[in-house]
Amino acid sequence: MESGSLATELLRPPSPRRRRTDKAMRALMWTATFIALVPLVLVLYYTLKKGIGALDWEFFSTDPTGSFLGTQGGVKSAILGTLEIVGFAAVVAVPLGIGVALYLTEYGGRGRLAQAVRFFVDVMTGVPSIVFGLFIYLVLVLGGTGGSTFAGWKGSAALALLMLPIVTRSSEVALQLVPGSLREAALALGAPRWKVVLRVVLPTAASGIVTGSLLAIARAAGETAPLLFTSTIVKGTTFDLNEPMNSLPAQIFQDLKQPNDELVQRAWGAAITLIAMILTLTLVAKLIQRRSRGKGAT
Amino acid sequence: MNPQPTDATGEAAPETTTGGRPQNVPVVTEDGAAGTPNRPAPGGRQVALSDLSAYYGDHRAVKEVNVSFSAGEVTAIIGPSGCGKSTMVRCINRMHEEIDGARAEGQVLIGETDLYGPDVDVVAVRRAVGMVFQRPNPFPTMSIYDNVAAGLRFTGAPRSEIDARVTDALKAAGLWEEVKDRLDKHGSGLSGGQQQRLCIARALAVEPEVLLMDEPCSALDPVATLKIEELIGELKERVTIVIVTHNMQQAARVADTTVFMLDGELVEVGSTHKLFTTPEDERTERYVSGKFG
Ligand SMILES: Nc1ncnc2c1ncn2[C@@H]1O[C@H](COP(=O)(O)OP(=O)(O)OP(=O)(O)O)[C@@H](O)[C@H]1O
Ligand SMILES: [Mg+2]
Repeated sequence: MESGSLATELLRPPSPRRRRTDKAMRALMWTATFIALVPLVLVLYYTLKKGIGALDWEFFSTDPTGSFLGTQGGVKSAILGTLEIVGFAAVVAVPLGIGVALYLTEYGGRGRLAQAVRFFVDVMTGVPSIVFGLFIYLVLVLGGTGGSTFAGWKGSAALALLMLPIVTRSSEVALQLVPGSLREAALALGAPRWKVVLRVVLPTAASGIVTGSLLAIARAAGETAPLLFTSTIVKGTTFDLNEPMNSLPAQIFQDLKQPNDELVQRAWGAAITLIAMILTLTLVAKLIQRRSRGKGAT
Repeated sequence: MNPQPTDATGEAAPETTTGGRPQNVPVVTEDGAAGTPNRPAPGGRQVALSDLSAYYGDHRAVKEVNVSFSAGEVTAIIGPSGCGKSTMVRCINRMHEEIDGARAEGQVLIGETDLYGPDVDVVAVRRAVGMVFQRPNPFPTMSIYDNVAAGLRFTGAPRSEIDARVTDALKAAGLWEEVKDRLDKHGSGLSGGQQQRLCIARALAVEPEVLLMDEPCSALDPVATLKIEELIGELKERVTIVIVTHNMQQAARVADTTVFMLDGELVEVGSTHKLFTTPEDERTERYVSGKFG
């Protein structure tokens, strides 16, 4: 093409038709975004509207009473139970998941075992959460393992199973982002493989791993199904993981079924509490992610 | 790739005939003496490859190479892309075997020791043979200081020595003046050339006998390249240097000896001046005059 005509081609204003299409596409995208936001905002609005009245000091500082008449109490046992169950699950699942991810990226390579592990992790990610609950129910609860039937730690076990593949996947991705040239540099300095992993690979991937783990924890904290028939629903606060233990999602599930306005309002209040807890975790995760991204940009 | 290789030869000629880089010589002796007060025998050690072959699976990328790199000299490896330069160099610090399915046969002798001998510890090999890579790769989570100290910490050097050795290595890499006020800052905040010199300092800190450099300037601009080339001239007092380069002018500027490789085979070794002006092999002649590659 001749250069003069190319210039005119480039400088010509867009045709009216193109402009119209552009406008229409923009409008379409705005509408789609708006429609997607509507249910989200509504959920938050209703939760706040219905539950905010329940939030007072008593709500956080007393256990459910369970009596038919008189005061119903708060959700202290559920908040503490959730913290305990999810905390214990995280203590088990996060290191384990990171360990599996390290095996996959640093040692397994493309070996057959690594491929098999990867496949199972993928399958586990797709398993519905209630199945983990059922599994633990059959194996640990019915069998009465540990001298108890329902117990907090059995809820943790179900949540840990749920978290494990998420932590593994996200850690694997974070570890794969560590440039091979850094591993090479460390090896060439005479570092044994485990030191390369510990001193170079893990610190470089740390923010990604922490972010992924926090999101996995947040995801597990909101699960109801795996807890209903593992740690079950009780009233009192306990710090013994071998006893049945209350949790926020289970408490919400219980309260919403009751023909009692006060209890229904307590359920909404518990929902606000749970949302706040998960939101905090998510925000911390995002913050870590953003900070490390700012540092990495050179 | 190389538009005017004959210019390189012309530039190199006066230098090599007078035996080295005159403008560098005084700098070397002074800096070397001041920077490394307690090094017993400066100049590194001789490295000899004997019937060295390297494989990737069944593919033999380096074929029975015999060559020796003299102590305290700079040897350049040149040759067209894919001829096995990196592979050969990576056999010298046994990094080659880190690749899946890769292995090496033959001997690499440093002094009297065969690096591929039965009782040889890979960690010890990599302490004795440092390496600088094509792209600067400082550890992003570590400060400048920690980057240089990394090798010492990996290999368990006594704590009390680390400070002095870090300073010494940074001085030797010509980076001290530029970073002494921000040793605790991240290495990724440095320019590309500074990062590469940081990597050189990192390699020097463990006091290797041999320093391998695989195209250390190919990611740098001309000014940073010049700085590294000057540095190489100074460092050869301290270590034996083997540098892979795509740039024949660079080989002519920095190397005492040049090795020409083709298809995994060593074609010719000679003093840089001779190899660029009166090569013995016809293939070398064609390569250095820019007829292929
Ligand atoms: N990781 C690898 N796996 C398989 N083959 C490889 C690998 N790395 C290199 N090779 C092969 O080995 C041969 C030599 O490669 P090498 O990287 O040593 O070449 P080079 O001379 O350094 O090239 P360049 O100048 O482009 O860096 C090439 O044929 C290449 O295809
Ligand atoms: Mg190469």
